[in-house]
Amino acid sequence: MQLLRAEHITKQYGDKTIIRDISVHLDSGELVSLLGLSGAGKTTLFHVLSGLVTPEEGRVFLEEEDISGKPGRISYMLQKDLLLPHKKIIDNVSLPMLLKGTPKKEAREKADPLFREFGLEGTQYLYPSQLSGGMRQRAALLRTYLTGNRAALLDEPFSALDTITKSQIHEWYLDVIGKIGLSVFFITHDIDEAILLSDRIYIMTGRPGEIHSQIKIETARENRKDFTLTDEFLTYKRRIIKTLREH
Amino acid sequence: MRKKSANITDKLPAAAAIVLIIALWQFLCSAGIIPHYMLPSPLEVITAVGKDFPNLMMHTAVTLQEAFLGLLAGILLAFAAATLMDRFSVIQRALYPILIITQTIPTIAIAPILVLWMGFGKAPKITLVVITTFFPIAVGLLDGFKSADPDSLRLMRSMGATDMQIFYHVKFPSALPYFFSGLKVSASYAVVGAVIAEWLGGFEGLGVYMTRARKAYSFDRMFAVILVIIVISLLLILLVNILRDLSMPHLRADTGKQK
Repeated sequence: MQLLRAEHITKQYGDKTIIRDISVHLDSGELVSLLGLSGAGKTTLFHVLSGLVTPEEGRVFLEEEDISGKPGRISYMLQKDLLLPHKKIIDNVSLPMLLKGTPKKEAREKADPLFREFGLEGTQYLYPSQLSGGMRQRAALLRTYLTGNRAALLDEPFSALDTITKSQIHEWYLDVIGKIGLSVFFITHDIDEAILLSDRIYIMTGRPGEIHSQIKIETARENRKDFTLTDEFLTYKRRIIKTLREH
Repeated sequence: MRKKSANITDKLPAAAAIVLIIALWQFLCSAGIIPHYMLPSPLEVITAVGKDFPNLMMHTAVTLQEAFLGLLAGILLAFAAATLMDRFSVIQRALYPILIITQTIPTIAIAPILVLWMGFGKAPKITLVVITTFFPIAVGLLDGFKSADPDSLRLMRSMGATDMQIFYHVKFPSALPYFFSGLKVSASYAVVGAVIAEWLGGFEGLGVYMTRARKAYSFDRMFAVILVIIVISLLLILLVNILRDLSMPHLRADTGKQK
């Protein structure tokens, strides 16, 4: 079932067209990557999908409801964790609930049991500055989840992490996303990350950015241990590199 | 524990320099190199404070009251102005140059006019304190509001936050460090502002006491007032620091990172 659908999106800033005639969709429970070089307009597309900006042409639908230009219906997570430095972790992750009017105590009670699930047990009453980069991204993902929306947009969430932390967090991420059943649209310029963490990949090319093609990853998410070492993985990777080089 | 001893080592040079200057001053006076009618010795200044202590404290209380009321009004006005300027850029463009101009008017020039307008009571003193303390706080707050990370604002909007919620959760907390920097400057201006206004007319307050001492050529009592002003300014700065630490506990949180 299609959860999120964008049809024929075109967005300009001034005279400059950033993305042109883009149609994408996200099924319920699906993990989809948006892969492209820098400047292809990936983040602009996310701003449109999240409702932060209204496109010149095209519409965005969440379960058939038109949400173009209406923020708050889809969760959004950025490369920076953007945890508020003056709030304890538990209050940071329960912020989306506070914004909707849930009393602080109740929001904390709802957030608390999820700390274990997200590998954050014991950090509830620490400040963000007391956590490592990887832990902070976990907290940011928990906050994204607690927004309560079924679909989430993740804009290069792990690109600021070092290689080892990144590979650890990839494994954790697939596991936790599967458990909580979140449907995710994921921006990355890291080809390995896209193949490893997706059911489907959209390749974005050109200026203005357009969707060039899409690739379905056949291996089930549960069977992706050491996936990066398989022939199948390399076949996908070659195909993607070829596409990106030609455009 | 290590932090505490490092702190003491940090402050040692400053303390040593102060002690050295006072010792030198005392020596120059005791040895008769500087005549004591021109510059009383540190001991004479302290004796003057002790001798007239109840009277001095009565005047101090008046000055402190003026400084506090003026500072409080200055903070409230600065907060209102900075919030409006942040919210409506037209207001910022209209008010900001005027703010700068008000800062170039010398306090000592405007004080007599205020006395003429408002009489010899507390009103001109408080007004002068408001004028001198308003600017550093307003500018600090405005810079602080602007310092909020645009990505944080975007994230808040994507979570459906209202303007008020964005102000409460992101903008105001980002402005707090700037606010306290401004407040520290303003707190010391406040006392000086009140004293200057008192010089130009009034019935009580440290400025009035100082004028009387000057007319009696009582240099030791004039220096006694200076000493009192220094002490209360330092105490005010200390108070601001305590308030800052209390309102931003995350800055003191132990940063030993959890893996």
